[in-house]
Amino acid sequence: MLEADNLECVRGDRRLFAGLGFRLEAGELLNLQGKNGSGKTSLLRMLIGLLPPENGEIRWQGQSIKTLADEFRADLCYLGHLNAIKEELTPLENLLAAARLADEALTEDEALDALEQVGLAGREDLACRYLSQGQKRRVALARLVKEKRPLWILDEPFVALDVAAVDWLAGIISGHLQRGGLAVMTTHQLVNIPAGAIRELRLS
Amino acid sequence: MFKIITAVISRDLKLAMRRQADIVSALFFFIIVVSLFPLGVGPEPDLLRKLAPGVLWVAALLATMLSLPRLFADDHRDGTLEQLALAPHPLGLVVTGKVIAHWLVSGLPLALIAPVLGIQFDLSTDALIVLTTAILIGTPALSGIGAIGAALTLGLRGGGVLLSLLVLPLYIPVLIFGAGAVDATVTGLGGEGHLSLLAALTFASLGFAPWATAAALKIALE
Repeated sequence: MLEADNLECVRGDRRLFAGLGFRLEAGELLNLQGKNGSGKTSLLRMLIGLLPPENGEIRWQGQSIKTLADEFRADLCYLGHLNAIKEELTPLENLLAAARLADEALTEDEALDALEQVGLAGREDLACRYLSQGQKRRVALARLVKEKRPLWILDEPFVALDVAAVDWLAGIISGHLQRGGLAVMTTHQLVNIPAGAIRELRLS
Repeated sequence: MFKIITAVISRDLKLAMRRQADIVSALFFFIIVVSLFPLGVGPEPDLLRKLAPGVLWVAALLATMLSLPRLFADDHRDGTLEQLALAPHPLGLVVTGKVIAHWLVSGLPLALIAPVLGIQFDLSTDALIVLTTAILIGTPALSGIGAIGAALTLGLRGGGVLLSLLVLPLYIPVLIFGAGAVDATVTGLGGEGHLSLLAALTFASLGFAPWATAAALKIALE
């Protein structure tokens, strides 16, 4: 259960939002809506603990994420608008390195399977710098295939994806919700997530 | 605890191996700067022996500085730094791994090539051994202190110059004891005292610097 209480965000000398609160239960997806610059990414960065809120508190399973620290981060999977992949490494090495750093057990077979699912079969040994923008995004998304952590925070996950990949990702997210996971994401697209309760929050 | 450190080290070493030009250019910078001095000063063995420790150490400081701006900048640009900060471990441990990896690809090669360069300055075998040991012991401190500067200047335009201004003054103790160890050996006083102080500096900076760096990185990531 993820709770936010009375959050206030100030960037520079502009107040983006104040008094923002929500409560997200297992199996629910929170879809953040809002114009560019309305504070969607800032809110996501608050939820992952990288941006301390000006006011208010965020709680995970009833405890403040600040006191939980490492324990909270062990339950969290964040996908930012940057891909967080290394251009010099191959997709396979990227996946395995990311899993090792996040302290997750990921075997090479599982990683290869994930890459096949995102349509990168045959390219797992090619350095990422030779991949297209969309393919790099797919490498980043491949992390989600075997992801078991309960809370997913996704910043614009559908950007740079083709239609088939958008459907595939919607399926992955709904699978996560069916397993009792939580997700918070931002998107400008109309995406149909087949399962799970979807809640919307509009920032303005 | 050690798992995360080794995970970061192995990732950074793999990246460094894919980008060997960076390691080689810092090493060649060191070799060329040191080699210019005998050519410029002239072949007087007494003068060269006196100059050697200072020249080698200053060149080592500058060569270390070359690779510092990229210590966190690449990870910051492609988003992996965020992921490192979100790893379920204290960020200080991640930074410790990065500092050790940085030393393995920047400080260690300098220490290995230093005795060869020392010969140009007509140093005795004893002095060469002390020189190599001093660079081996002292360069981890350079990587550790440098990491703080690299984190503080992360994302700044023209951060490289600011980084030198921040970090070089902090390198002074390492320079004094590092060059002092070789000097003391050349004059027959024995360099053990200097080497112990150098080791103390390294342990202190490896203990404290990663946590200061982690605090600076958190500010940069806000």
